Parts: sequence; C-alpha cells; structure tokens
Amino acid sequence: MIHLEYVERSTSVQTVPVVCMHCHSPTCADVCPADAIKRSGDGRVMTARKPRCIACSNCVLACPFGVPKMMTEFDLMMKCDMCYDRTSTGRKPMCASVCPSGALYYGPRAEVEAMRVRSRPTNSFRFGEQTITTKVNMMVPRENLDTHIDVTAAMNERPAAGLIALNVLLDGPVPMEEAS
Amino acid sequence: MTPPLSEAPREYPDHKPLQEQPHWVQDFPTDVPDDDHVARREFVKFLVLTSGAFVAGQCWIAAAGALREKGPFPRKQLATVAELESRRVVEFRYPDEHEPCLALCLGPGRFVAYGQKCSHLACAVVPHLDKGELHCPCHNGFFEVHEGRPVAGPPRRPLPLVKLEIIDAVVYATGFEPRTV
Repeated sequence: MIHLEYVERSTSVQTVPVVCMHCHSPTCADVCPADAIKRSGDGRVMTARKPRCIACSNCVLACPFGVPKMMTEFDLMMKCDMCYDRTSTGRKPMCASVCPSGALYYGPRAEVEAMRVRSRPTNSFRFGEQTITTKVNMMVPRENLDTHIDVTAAMNERPAAGLIALNVLLDGPVPMEEAS
Repeated sequence: MTPPLSEAPREYPDHKPLQEQPHWVQDFPTDVPDDDHVARREFVKFLVLTSGAFVAGQCWIAAAGALREKGPFPRKQLATVAELESRRVVEFRYPDEHEPCLALCLGPGRFVAYGQKCSHLACAVVPHLDKGELHCPCHNGFFEVHEGRPVAGPPRRPLPLVKLEIIDAVVYATGFEPRTV
C-alpha cells in the first residue's frame, strides 16, 4: 500500500510517494504488542496479520518513515508489502511498474546504477541515535561520500523559497553527541 | 535454539543474532519461516471450524442414513442351487452396481450372502470357507461366515446381510440389510 505525503503543504502542492523501506530491523515489528507484523523469509515486512492485529497504532507512531497506516474501518494496520502477491511471482510491484518517470524503480542494483550514472543507491538512514538499514534504497548523488542519510538533521529546517532539497546528506553534528 | 530459517535473517536493534536475544524475543520471531507460534485467536478459530465441520458431518451421515433406500428391493437371480453348491462362492452386485456382494455355500442347502464391503473402511473381504471366516486384507479384519459378524481386527459392525430366497432350485437375492449391530 503506497500513499502520498505533502512535502510542504502550506506553500506547495508537491507530494512524494511513500513506500515501505523494509527495514532490516523493523521498528514497527519491534513495538507490536500482538506479534502481528511479520517479515517474509526474503526480508519484506508485511501488513499486520488480520487475526492478530489489535489496532493499537503503536507501529504507526513508531515507524521512522511514517509508512504504516491504521485503517480503522478494518481495525487493521496496512502498509506496503512490496506487492508481495506480484513480486513473489516475478513481477514488479505495482507502483514501480506504473511510475512514468522512474522515481520508483524495482530491479537489480547494477541495472539502476547503470541507468543513473550520477547517482548511487544508499540504504542507511540515521534518526538521532538510531541507524536504520533497509531493503529499499534511495538514490543520492554519486560524488557524495556520506555513508548514511541523516533524516532528523533537517527536521526543523524549512527549505528556502523555490528549493526542494534539504541538506540531509551533510554530516552535521549528531544531536545526541552534542548533548553529551 | 535452531539458527534462523529465513534467507535474510532480520537484524535486532542491539545487532546481536537471534540466538543471543532474550527469550521473549526468541519466542516470537519476526520472520515468518522462524515463526511457529500459533496465536490464541487462530487456534480458537481452528477449533470452532473443525468441530463445526465434525457436527455438520455427523448431521450429514444421519440424514444420509435416514434417506437411504429401504426397499422394496428388486429380485435378482444369482445362480442355481447346484451351481452355488459346486462353486461354493458366487460374486454378484446387489441391489445396484455399486454394492459388490458374496453368496456363500456353507454346506448342502445352507446358503448365506453378505455385502462384500468391509464395515471398517469398505475394502473387499475375501472368503476363506475352509476356516469359516471372511478376511479383510486391508487391516486384518475377520468376520465369521455364519452371521457375518466381526470376530477380530478393526471392524465393529457386521457385514450387510443379503436376504436370499430359493424358488425351484434357483437362488434369488430379495433384500439388502445394512446392519449396525
């Protein structure tokens, strides 16, 4: 299940698609009190299991990427599971197969690296003290050598007018280190 | 603790493997291949559905028994008395093509006939008239030949009885009686 989020709703109509990043250490599953969120053997984090989910929204609050959505009409947390029904039979996820601009891409790493010569994929994200590695990668400029994307570094910044990029790749001071 | 079964085992926030995690984490693994935990709700659903299926099956068996054809049965010619006495055993199908039966000669003028389906799981029983028994080879069930009652093995009910009638030295089947006791 994919959803769109507004980047800066008060000033812009720009949206970004949000798909699950499929963390190697899924926080949503760690906080689930009902053991409802499961990972497939090849590392895809699934929608909560209907018989187990108690609709407590812990995962919605815990996910650093804001992926899980509480569907109150079903009393069930639903999220992107990389279209498990399609990818388990060798097809691309629906979002990647219909994306006209290639913003969402599904395929071998070497293929996307050859397609986007100025970018490289990275799958390490830092939220304060928590570093998360994911199955889904984001493309960052190739000349940038940072090992991770510091998401919270830009949390309180607002992009200057007309700019859509935030300096999340600059290795700023880690807030926790600063405090100690 | 067996090693994780999934191709890409999940990581934990403390970067230790599953074997070194506390027991409450090991008991509820996140990866589906490692998860053999049956949740209470799934277990209760399984119990309710299977017991419901058993109830429905029993009702169906009772209804099928009540609706079973109880006659009148056709009269079917099996063999002449002389033929049956010389052959000792005659196979036939009665009352329809799906019920194999056996007519047995136990001595001069003493004829019995039973359905051939074992009352246990409907294998075909084999007559051994010299030993006075009918043997079901599937699970070693034994029936005695005089009444068709079980004497050994898993069958608990006697074989169905086929009523015979002798008119002018010809043996006819005239009735079929499934028996429970």
